[in-house]
This record gives sequence, C-alpha cells and structure tokens, in this order.
Amino acid sequence: MKKIFAQTLFKLAKDNPSIFLITADLGFGVLGDFADFLPKQFLNVGVAEQNMMGIATGLALEGKIVFTYSIANFPTLRCLEQIRNDACYHNANVKIVSIGAGFSYGAAGISHHATEDLAIMRVLPMTLLAPGSFWEVEQAVLALVKQPGACYLRLDNSYAEDLNKNGDSFLIGKARRVVDGDDLTIVAIGGVLGVAIKAAVKLLEEGIKCRVVSMHTLNPLDKHEIFAAAKNTGGIITVEEHRVQGGLGGVVAEVCLESGVIPHFFYRIGLREDFSSKVGNQDYLRGYYNISERHIIQKARELLLK
Amino acid sequence: MISEKLAQKVRKHVVEMTSRGNSSHVGSALSITDLLAVLYGKILCFDPGNPKWEKRDRFLLSKGHAGAAVYAILAEVGFFSTEILQTHYQNGSILSGHVSHKDVPGVEFSTGSLGHALSVGVGMAYNAKLKGENHRVFVLMSDGECGEGSNWEAILFASHHCLDNLVVIIDYNKIQSMGRVEDILKLEPFAEKLLAFGWETVEIDGHNHEEIYVACDNIPKTAKKPTCIIANTVKGKGVSFMENTVLWHYRSPQKEDFINAIQELEVAIL
Repeated sequence: MKKIFAQTLFKLAKDNPSIFLITADLGFGVLGDFADFLPKQFLNVGVAEQNMMGIATGLALEGKIVFTYSIANFPTLRCLEQIRNDACYHNANVKIVSIGAGFSYGAAGISHHATEDLAIMRVLPMTLLAPGSFWEVEQAVLALVKQPGACYLRLDNSYAEDLNKNGDSFLIGKARRVVDGDDLTIVAIGGVLGVAIKAAVKLLEEGIKCRVVSMHTLNPLDKHEIFAAAKNTGGIITVEEHRVQGGLGGVVAEVCLESGVIPHFFYRIGLREDFSSKVGNQDYLRGYYNISERHIIQKARELLLK
Repeated sequence: MISEKLAQKVRKHVVEMTSRGNSSHVGSALSITDLLAVLYGKILCFDPGNPKWEKRDRFLLSKGHAGAAVYAILAEVGFFSTEILQTHYQNGSILSGHVSHKDVPGVEFSTGSLGHALSVGVGMAYNAKLKGENHRVFVLMSDGECGEGSNWEAILFASHHCLDNLVVIIDYNKIQSMGRVEDILKLEPFAEKLLAFGWETVEIDGHNHEEIYVACDNIPKTAKKPTCIIANTVKGKGVSFMENTVLWHYRSPQKEDFINAIQELEVAIL
C-alpha cells in the first residue's frame, strides 16, 4: 500500500506544486522519487515527529497541502497533542499518513504495532481513512488531496484483492459493499478486509451468504450502510486489526445503540489482549490473536445458530 | 505613540483583564509587555484592517498563558476594540485565558500547551524561504517552556535549514510555574547552548526599549542563521509587589491589590 500511496502522490504532486510531503526519516526505498524529483516539495525533518507535525501545520497555514509520513504510532501517538492543538484546531490542511497498520510490522514488536490509533484518532475532528485494497489506496489519496482540513490515512502492509465493479466510485464517508449477501454482514476496515472476503467465500461454500462491507472511512462513518446491515441482514461482525475498544466495532456499536437500530447479533473481531507481545509475522499474529479467517468463520457459525 | 507608553497601557489592560476575569498569569503577561510594545510599535509589519495580509510578519506567542498581553496589544494597535478586553476570561467572551485565534483578528496561532509554536513558526519561515518571500517570523517563548523537547527539535531544524528569517525571543524572567528555573531545570549556560545549536544569539534587557529595538531590527543579524534574543526580564514587571515572585504566576489582582496595581501603573503612564 505504501508504494501505491507514494506513486499516486508523486503523480499528483508533479502537477500540483501545493502538495508537500514530509517524513520523519522513514520511507527508504519508497519516497525516493518524490525526494529526488520534487525536492522543493519534500522535506525529511529527521527523527522528530513533534517538529514534523508543527512544521506541517505551519506550511499548511501558509497554503500548502501537507502529507506527513511515518510508520506505526510515530506520526500519530508520538505527536498527538500537535495533531489536536495545531493541525485540528487550526483546521490546517495536513494529511497524516501512517504505514504499518495493526500487525503489519509483525515480528518487529509492539512498539511497531498500531493497535490503538483508530480509537485515538477518530475522536479528533478529522477525516479518517483506512483503505483495504490498492484501488482504495489510490482513490483515497486522490480524495484526500481535495479534502480540506486535517485527515488521517492508515495504510496496511496487507491488502484485499480488488473486487471492483464497473463504475465503482470511491467517496469519503461512503462504505463499499464488496460482497453481496444477507445472512450476515462482515464490516471490515483496512487490509484485513482481505481476510474478511476470504472468510465470506468459505462461508458461501457452506451456504452462508455474507455481505462484506469495506468501511474505508471511519470518520465520517457511513451510518446508512450500518443501519442497512442491521435491518436487512442477520447480524453484524466487525473486523479490525486493532484493539476492540473504540475502533470500528466501537463506532458501529455507538451508532446502532444511539439510533435504536439494533442488529440481531453483533460481535467485534479485534485484539482483545492488552498488547500483542507474541513474535511473528502479520498472518501469524492474526491467527494468534483471533483476527483470522478461521475465527471469523467460527464466530459467524456460532452467531447464526443463536 | 512611544512604545514605553504603549507598554504601560497594555500593563493596565492586563491587570484589569486578569482582575475582572479572576484569572492567573498576570506576572507572565507583565513580563512580556515591553517586548510586545516594541514589536507591535516599531518592528512588525501588519495591517489591522487586513489581518491575513500575505506580507505581514508572523508573530506567534508560544507561552499562550500570557495571552492577555497579546489581546491587549492587538486591541491597542487597532485589530479590535479595547472594549472587548473587558470580557476576557468571562462567559461568552472570544478571549480565552490561553491565546486563541478563533474569532480574534490578529492572533496568528493558538497556544496554551507549551512547546508548540516554535515548530509551527519554523514551518512558516521555511515556507517563506521556499517562496522567496521577505516577511519574518517571530516566536515569543518562555524560559520554563524550554524544558519541552519539541523546542529543541525545532531549534536543530532551524539552524540546519538556515532559517535566518526566524526570530525567537525568550522571555527569560527566571521563574517558572513551581519556582525558579535554575532550581527546577536550569538553562544555563543558555546562550552558549543556542550558539552551539548554530543560532545567532543576542542577550538584552527585555524591558529596555532601545535594546529590544536594536535586537529585533535588521534581521538577520547573521546571514543564514536564525536569531535567538534572550530577553532578561522581571516577572510581574511594572507592579512593584508582583515583581519577581512565583505567587503572581497564579494570583489574580483583587480588591486592594488591584487598586494599588492600577495606581502604580497610572502614575507610570503619566
């Protein structure tokens, strides 16, 4: 996803001198073209995320469309107050990009696992995108350049195969129904969408028709798609590579309960332990922490029997 | 208006605002009034009728708790009516205790949490360099907030990128929230630190208008270097019983204290 992001932004920036990219010394082998060919639109601030966020705000207040780039929690949690007070409060045109969603950095360890960022970032008044496929990444970057104000783009190492229909469009705040079905709805966010789709394919072999929704925008949430799932399908399972508190599952629970549109069943698949301290690659950790195809299938069967 | 007189008017506003609003930080606001009076009276380019004028010099108050002084100077130089100052810190006002840009013309940037504005000012200065624009960026910081690591990230960056259109003024009144800077987290040798970080560094009496003017005029002092002005100041400057004491970081001037403070300042204005 990071390469798609870099290629897409590079193409856009060549024609739009307002686009500016800042990294806090990460992106080796990814941001090379941008740095080499657009040096006046690129800055490596060094290992200094707070300063990166402040500089981004300053540049944005002077009229630039600024993308900040780093990995895991560094461009978000490390400089959270700069994001809140500087970028968000001043409605600065800053697009924060984190690569390495969830367990993308696998065996690198918990410092590099982004498992709280959705919950933390989504309570700030900012647009929050977490695309699930390469096409969604490209579309998200195109949309973000035109989206005013502070935004967060969460990119994963894994991705779902693109299941595009002709004429598919990507709109911020409009979820995409990537698999049709009405026995239950699996709502997924980010690269783990691929796992959700695979689970749906397996369940179909058993005669269980799942709807799969890519909730690529967490803020603002597509409530209508959630309400449709609650009303017209057997129940909702949310899937996120993130702690279960406050992220996608949390948002869905909030909107359903407050609106009184209650699904027949509801379950959040996500990290239920405090920290992902086991060592292994993304797939291994998904399996260990029950964010897997197997676990989705098992939960779907259980919930449908109730 | 001569800048000394402007400073005294701002001092009187500050005491009235913090008294009426029953708010803290009068001492912190009084220590920067001379700096603000020289900046807004003689140094900064701005247009009160067009606060977002592109060629304006950018001024960012990093020590947002001294917002009362900035609001007062902005009103005095014509960004908005001085009558609005009377609402400071009160229900429904546009003037919060820590400086905010929302609905307040002339405020470049909102602060309150320390260690934020310098990085933003660095971004603005970097942008001016990229675009070949001649305006300057002034960031006024406190001494205590130099404890925030984010400032040192920005200090490294500014010299590496030769931002000689950037001026940091440090209100070095030697007192921070819980006591004296030298006891809590000392900055000395302060000027040497900044020199070692690659900054042009000037030390002045932060209440002497001539010294402030000379320090802030003709930026850059040295080509390709950002400038840091260490302004030696007195917390609570201008009201004898508030000077150089931690107490008036917090206390709001009420009753007799208020009357005595205003009397002292009115005599000084005459």
